[in-house]
Amino acid sequence: MDMGTTGAISLFSQQVLGLLGGLFLLTAFALIVTRQLLANLMIFAAQSVLLAASALTLGCASSSTHLLVVAGLTILMKPLLIPWLLRRILSRDMYARREISQVLSIPTALLVAVGFATLAYFIARPLVAGADPAVRINLPVGMAGLLLGAFAMTVRREAMPQVLAILSMENGAFFAGIAIAPDLPLIAELAASFDMLIIALVVGLLTKQIDERVGRTPVGELVALKEDSAKWSS
Amino acid sequence: MELLIVLCVPALAAVISTVATGRRVAAATTVIGALVVLLTALWVAVVAGSGTEIVAVKDWMSCDGMSALLLLLTSFVGLTAAIFSWGYLEKMPSSGRSGAGRRYYLNFNLFLLSLLAVPIFAHVALVWIAVELTTLLSVFLVSYEDTPEALEAAWKYVMLTCMGAALALMGVLMLYWAMAISGGGPFTWQGLVAASSRMPPALLMTAFLFILVGFGTKVGLVPLHTWLPDAHSQAPSPVCALLSGIETSAVLYAILRLLPVFQGISGAAASWCVGFGLVSTVVAAFLLIQVKDYKRLFAFSTIEHMGIILVGAGLGSADAQLGATYQIMSHAITKSFCFYAAGAALLISGVRNISSVRGLIRTSPVTGVSLILGGLAISGAPPFAVFFGEISILRAGLRTGHPLVVGLLVVSIVVAFCGIMSHITHMVFGNPSSEAVAVDLPRTCVGALALAAIPVLGIGLYVPQWITDLLGCASAFLGR
Repeated sequence: MDMGTTGAISLFSQQVLGLLGGLFLLTAFALIVTRQLLANLMIFAAQSVLLAASALTLGCASSSTHLLVVAGLTILMKPLLIPWLLRRILSRDMYARREISQVLSIPTALLVAVGFATLAYFIARPLVAGADPAVRINLPVGMAGLLLGAFAMTVRREAMPQVLAILSMENGAFFAGIAIAPDLPLIAELAASFDMLIIALVVGLLTKQIDERVGRTPVGELVALKEDSAKWSS
Repeated sequence: MELLIVLCVPALAAVISTVATGRRVAAATTVIGALVVLLTALWVAVVAGSGTEIVAVKDWMSCDGMSALLLLLTSFVGLTAAIFSWGYLEKMPSSGRSGAGRRYYLNFNLFLLSLLAVPIFAHVALVWIAVELTTLLSVFLVSYEDTPEALEAAWKYVMLTCMGAALALMGVLMLYWAMAISGGGPFTWQGLVAASSRMPPALLMTAFLFILVGFGTKVGLVPLHTWLPDAHSQAPSPVCALLSGIETSAVLYAILRLLPVFQGISGAAASWCVGFGLVSTVVAAFLLIQVKDYKRLFAFSTIEHMGIILVGAGLGSADAQLGATYQIMSHAITKSFCFYAAGAALLISGVRNISSVRGLIRTSPVTGVSLILGGLAISGAPPFAVFFGEISILRAGLRTGHPLVVGLLVVSIVVAFCGIMSHITHMVFGNPSSEAVAVDLPRTCVGALALAAIPVLGIGLYVPQWITDLLGCASAFLGR
């Protein structure tokens, strides 16, 4: 029945997938709470490596060349090219920065994040009933990564962590994707990776522009555009 | 073949505008390119309107009635926006930075390319990528004026819509999974409809909700609309015309094409559309009363209209679908005209807030008349197209037995009408402030206004047969 998915895989691969999934979830939590921007970037890179490793494991277990290519593409793009690009565009001192204030305190943010992860499992549970083991592991974790990324984007105030949160949302979607849509045509896969690169490029350039204009990048404090302030009227 | 031309011409124009030496060359290339695209799209629309699907690459790139309609609208607004840009950029003070004009035209052509790609791509994963690219390629158009406000608007725009796109990606991957479970087939809109009865309903519904919320962010559905008035008011006016008139409809198209998948399986998807649409319409109608900036006024009106279209499509009967399709067309042509009028007002007065603009009809009769016309047309006064679209959706709502929905729609349409017209009459009539001097609009801007006004004035009174065919053919794809 489950044609598109990867089918039965060995117990050992399942265990490896489970371990990778757990670590992936951990990095999603870490992205919410780390305040050092450079550390944030490192965690994103680590998360991407975990995504690639999961694709590699699944690809080897189900002997699918498709997934191996996806793993290669991921390792090339996300932990290497995107951080390199971001570091090239943005000045060195932006990385030394710490976020002064967050919208929520760290314990509160973590508590809400646990709520989101639970929600992800609730959404995924009716869908994975009767599905392959790989789907049962990867879909809930990917969904949690997606929701936690969305949550991270709303609680971070600096530009860089927000960008990384968006990119980690896509990581989450792909983490589920390698299990539920392993034979997505390569051209779509390629275009999607390319698309992530453009996100990093565009947002990096925009951050630089904001940094030059405003002097800082706490985008959470950008609130000039509201109905009651018509301050550009003169 | 025709579809490949449509995609290649803007790409070529983008290349030429980067290497061109002066802004005039870039501007002229863009206008000529847009004209070629419009002529090709007209041909595609006539053929697709007769019921033949145009296929460039099977299961990857093709154009049926619904996509041909969107393609035609995109290319028309693309042409008028290209013409309007010519004069607008020459007059705007911030275009003095070196190379800014060339970069504008490069981004403009790439943005147009991504908008044209949305209807042309048939493979759903590629449509997702095209939608994502419409955001990424228009960010620097939104931030073109390089003020702190414009940068803030661009930031909110890219962050929120990319977040939405990531949610929609999850939905698209789930659809692909559902397709595989059902036994495979082409991953296109029509392939999904054909296979839908064999898919697990719970999976289908979850995927739809992810896509509705994800793409809904980009359509500007309340409560995910917060970025939209900012981006649509800070961008240069010709870009606003594309953002407001076309981009929102193009993303809405991606949601609407999923509706027939659910017909006969579950009514929940349609109810979600009606609910979301209704909330957006009502909230936007009341928000637009209190705006201070006239471009924000039109931006809120876009949210309102997206809501109306979504309600129309969600009602589900054949005449409601025809009404929604008609409304997509009338909104695109009317809203782009409104933003050109607003752009002209900005060129004349130099300010964006409503209270400091008075007596436009004396300082610049063309701008004054356009604003009044645009305001009447977009707020749904007869005999303009928006009026007929709204009436047909309301009538279909009564026929399908949704009096409450119709009542709320009527209230918000009336509120929006009063809001828009009171703001606009304030700007157009009265005595101009003492320092206001009569300024001439650039000739290209007047030309773009005149060209954009033709369908605004004409469609409500007379619809040519080929457009009727196209609309009928397009609305058939909203059902099964």
